Amino acid sequence: MKKVVLGAVAALALAAGPAMAQQKLKVGFIYVGPVGDFGWSYQHDQGRIAIEKALGDKVETSYIENVPEPDSARAIEQLARTGHKLIFTTSFGFMEPTLAVAKKYPDVKFEHATGFKREKNVATYSAKFHEGRYVIGQIAGKMTKSNTIGYVGAFPIPEVVAGINAFYLGAKSVNPNVKLKIVWANTWFDPGKEGDAAKALLDQGADVITQHTDSPAPLQQAAGRGKLAFGQASDMSKFAEKNILSSIIDDWAPYYVERTKAALDGTWASKDTFDGIAKGKVKMGPYVNMPDDVKAMAVATEQAIREGKMDPFKCPVVKQDGSTVECKGGDKLSDEQVTSMNFYVKGIDDQLPK
Amino acid sequence: MELAALILATVITAATPLVIAGLGEHVVERSGVLNLGVEGMMIMGAAVGFAGAVLLDSSWTGLVIGALAGMAMAAVFGLFALGLATNQVATGLAITILGLGLAGLIGQPFVGQPRPPLAPLEIPGLVAIPHLGPALFRQDAVVYLSLVLVLAVGWVLNVSRAGLVLRGVGESHVSAHALGLPVLKVRWQAVLFGGLCAGLAGAYLSLVYTRFWSPGMTAGRGWIALALVVFAGGRVWRLMAGAYLFGAILIAQLHAQAGAIGIPSQFLSMLPYLMTIVALIVLSLAGRRGAGAAGSLGQPFVPER
Amino acid sequence: MALALAPRRSVSRLRQVLTPLVAFLVALIVAGSVLAAMGKSLKIAAEVYIVEPLTSSWGVQEVILKATPLTLIAIGLIFAIRANRWNIGAEGQYVIGGMAGGAVAIATHGMGAPWILPAMLAAGVLAGVAYGALPALLRNRFGISEILSSLMLVYVAELLLDYLVRGPWRDPKAYNFPKSVNFDAAATLGPIAEGLKLHWGVVLALVVVVVAALVLARSLFGFAVSATGEAPRAANFAGFNDRRLTMQVFAISGGLAGLAGVIEVSANIGQLQPSIGQGYGFTAIIVAFLGRLNPMGALVAALALSMLIIGSETAQVMLKLPFDMTRAFMGLLLLCVLAGEALTRFRLVRT
Repeated sequence: MKKVVLGAVAALALAAGPAMAQQKLKVGFIYVGPVGDFGWSYQHDQGRIAIEKALGDKVETSYIENVPEPDSARAIEQLARTGHKLIFTTSFGFMEPTLAVAKKYPDVKFEHATGFKREKNVATYSAKFHEGRYVIGQIAGKMTKSNTIGYVGAFPIPEVVAGINAFYLGAKSVNPNVKLKIVWANTWFDPGKEGDAAKALLDQGADVITQHTDSPAPLQQAAGRGKLAFGQASDMSKFAEKNILSSIIDDWAPYYVERTKAALDGTWASKDTFDGIAKGKVKMGPYVNMPDDVKAMAVATEQAIREGKMDPFKCPVVKQDGSTVECKGGDKLSDEQVTSMNFYVKGIDDQLPK
Repeated sequence: MELAALILATVITAATPLVIAGLGEHVVERSGVLNLGVEGMMIMGAAVGFAGAVLLDSSWTGLVIGALAGMAMAAVFGLFALGLATNQVATGLAITILGLGLAGLIGQPFVGQPRPPLAPLEIPGLVAIPHLGPALFRQDAVVYLSLVLVLAVGWVLNVSRAGLVLRGVGESHVSAHALGLPVLKVRWQAVLFGGLCAGLAGAYLSLVYTRFWSPGMTAGRGWIALALVVFAGGRVWRLMAGAYLFGAILIAQLHAQAGAIGIPSQFLSMLPYLMTIVALIVLSLAGRRGAGAAGSLGQPFVPER
Repeated sequence: MALALAPRRSVSRLRQVLTPLVAFLVALIVAGSVLAAMGKSLKIAAEVYIVEPLTSSWGVQEVILKATPLTLIAIGLIFAIRANRWNIGAEGQYVIGGMAGGAVAIATHGMGAPWILPAMLAAGVLAGVAYGALPALLRNRFGISEILSSLMLVYVAELLLDYLVRGPWRDPKAYNFPKSVNFDAAATLGPIAEGLKLHWGVVLALVVVVVAALVLARSLFGFAVSATGEAPRAANFAGFNDRRLTMQVFAISGGLAGLAGVIEVSANIGQLQPSIGQGYGFTAIIVAFLGRLNPMGALVAALALSMLIIGSETAQVMLKLPFDMTRAFMGLLLLCVLAGEALTRFRLVRT
C-alpha cells in the first residue's frame, strides 16, 4: 500500500515538476527610441537586463524598440498576445494606447512610465529626477566662474520644467549671482543638434553645461572647450573624463525587479510610484573633477534629500511673475504640483514656451 | 564681435558635412543621375567609419574607411540604376533604407564609446587676425578639405574637359552617346565620387562633429544635402552658399533661444527651412532662376543596340 | 566579357506577373540565408512575417489598418509621379491634414453632432490640398523645384503641430503635457461592424483605389497625367496645360495625404500629439514604386509592406531580431523588385 501511495506521490510530483518550471513570467518592454541611444531607452533596457539577472529562470524578457507613439497600440498588443503578462511602456506618449490595450487584456499587468492615468491593471511610475537636478544645480552654482550656466532642454514638458527649476534653485542656494540660459533642442535625441545647442550656450558665456536630452553630445562639446558639464540618464563619464562633474542616472532596475517579483508572487497592484533618491530610483554619478568641499556639499545635500530633510521645492516657491505658489504638500510642493509644473521660478529670465 | 566670430566658427563646422555631401550629389546630378540614397550612404559612412576608427584606434583612418563605405553603397546603387537601368528614385530610396538598417546593425556594438577629438589645424599667420582669425583659421582639417573640394569640383566641372564631358552627358545622354562619349562610364565615376563624399560627410559627423555613434545620427542631413543641390541650381558656389546659409540660420536660432528672445522655439526652428524657400523666391524674382537640373536628370540610359 | 542591356521587344503577360513574384522569392531566399547564418529559426521567422499576419484575425486586420494610410498616400503620389512631379513632402501634407481634422474635433468637443466627422474629413482633405498646392505654386510661379519645397515644408508642418499641441491646443486637464483633448465618440471614425477593428477609413481607401484606377486608365485627365510625365512637350502641344496639371496632381496628392492624416488621427490616435507623423509619407513613395505606379499594385504593395513592418515587431520579440535588420530586408526587397522589373524590360547580353 505504502509503495502505491509513494509511487502515486512520486508520479504527481514528477507531473507537477515540469509544469511548474514552465511557468516563466514573460515580461515585455516597449521603447520609444533605440536601445543604443545610451540615454532614456538604454537605461530602461538596463533595467530589463537587471530583471533577467535577478530572477533568472523565472522570467523571460523581450522588447520592441523604436516604436512611434501612434503605432504603439499595436506593438503593445503584440506583447499581450504573445503571452507577456507584465508589460512596461516607457514613454508618456504611450499612455492612451496602454490604457486601450489594458482594457482588452484584463489579466495582463501594465506599467506606464511618466503617465498619470491608472486602471486596475495599469500602474504608473516615474522618478523624482528633479531631486538630482537640485544637487547638480548646487555643484554648478559653486563651480561656475562666469556665473552663467547653460541648460539644453528637449521639450518644455512639466518634467523638464521641474528639472530646470530645481536645478536653478540649487544653483542659487549657493550662488545668488548665477544666471541660467536655456536652449530647446526640440528633440530628445539628435546628437548634432544637441551639440549645437551646447555650443550656442558656451558661446554665450556658459561655463557649465547641463542637459535634459539623451545623447552625450552636449557633454562632449563642453569638454572640448575645457568647460564642465553633467551627464544625463546614464553615467557618461567616459565621454568627458576630465570635465564631467556628475551624472543623473535613471536607475529603473530596483523598481523593475520589485514589480516583477510582485507579479510573480501575486502581490502586484496598481499604484503610482514617484520615488527619488531615497528609494534609489535616482542615482548620482560619481562626483569628480571638483574640490573636496564642493564634493562634500553635494554628498551632504544628497543625503539630506535621501533622509527627507530637504526638498528642492520646499515652500515658499515664487513664480517668475512674483506670485507665490500655493503650497499643497505640507512644507513643500505636492507631487502633483511637481508633475504638472508649467512655470519658471523667479530668477530665470527666459520665457517658458507656451 | 567676439560672439559673432564664435558663431561663425560653429556655423562653419555645422555646414561642412552638408557641403561635402552636397558636392558629391551635385556632381552626380550634373551627370544626369538622381541619387536619393545620400542619407543611406552618409549613415553608412558614419557607422563604418566609426567602427573602423575604434578598431584601428585612429579617427583619420576612420574618416577614410567611412568614405569608402559610402562609395560601396554608391556602387550598389550604380549596379542597379546604371547597370540594370532601374528607376533611380526608387533605387535611391532602397539604398537609403538599406543603409539605415545596415548602419544600425554595424554600429550596434560600438554604442556608448567615445573617440578623442581631432586636433584642429591652424593656419599660421592668418589665425592671428583679430576676431575672425581663430574662427576661420583654426578648424579641423576636414573643413579645409571641404573648401578645397569646392574649388576642385568647381574647376573640374566648369573648366576641365572631363567636366565638359560630364555635363554633356547630363544634359543629353542620347546626344552624348551619339558623339561617342562613354555615358555609363562617366556616370559610374560620378556616382562613386558622390558616394565617397557622402561617406566622408557621415564619418565627419560621427568622428569629429559629435565623436560617438548613435543610431540615426545623420538625422535627415542627407535629405538637406539633396535639397541644397536643388537650391544650387547647377552652380557650385550656390551650393556652398546654401549650405552656409542653412547652417547659419540653424545655429542662429539656437542663439536666439539662449539669448531669451521671446519667439517660440518651434518657429525659430522653422527658420532654416523657410529661409531656403524664401532665398530661392528672392533669387527667382531677381531673375536668377539658376541653370536648373541637368536635362536628362533621372532618366535611365540604355544605349541603342 | 562585358554585359549590356538589350531591350525586349515584347513582354509577355506571364513574365510581367511572374517577375515581381520571383524577385520577392529571391529577396526571401537571401533574407532567409542571412537569418539562418545568424542562427535564427526560419520556421519562427516564417510564422512571424508571413503566417501570423495572414492567418489570425487580429493579424489580418492590423495589416489592413496599417496599409490604409499607406495606400491613400501612395495613390496620390502615383498621380504626381506619373506626371513627373516629385512630391517628397507627402508627410507634411499628412500632418497638416491630421491637424486640420483634429482642430475641428477640438473645436466641437462635447457637441456630439453627426456632421462633426464628415467636417473633420473634409477639413483634413482641404488642408492637405492647400498645403500640397504650395510646392505647386512655388514651382509654377518661381520655378522652385518641388523636391526642395515639399521637403522643407515637412519640417515646417511638424514644428507647427508641435507648437500648437504644446500651447493653444493643449488639453487644460492634461497636467500640462503636450496633448490635445481626447476626441469624443462623435469625432472618432468607428468600426465598420461590431467586433471588427477595421474602421470606415478602410472602405474610403478601397473606394479611392477603384476611382483612381478608373481615372488613370480611362479618363482624359489620366491620360494627361501620363502624357505630361512621359512626353511633356508633346503633351503641351496636345493642349494639356503644364502648370494647371502641376497644380492638379499636387492637389490630389496633398488631399489624399491629408485624408490619410485625418483618418489616422481620428480612428487610431484619438487626439493630437506632437508625433502623429511616422514616416508614412516617405514609405508611401516606396509603396507607389513597388506597386509599379498602379493603384491596384499600390494596394498590394501596401499590404505587403505592412506585413513586413508588423512582422518586424513580433520578430523583435520572438526572434530577438533588431528592427534594423527588417529595414535592411526592406531595402533588399525593393532592390530585388526593381531589378526584376528592369529585367522584364531588358535582357542581359554579352558584348
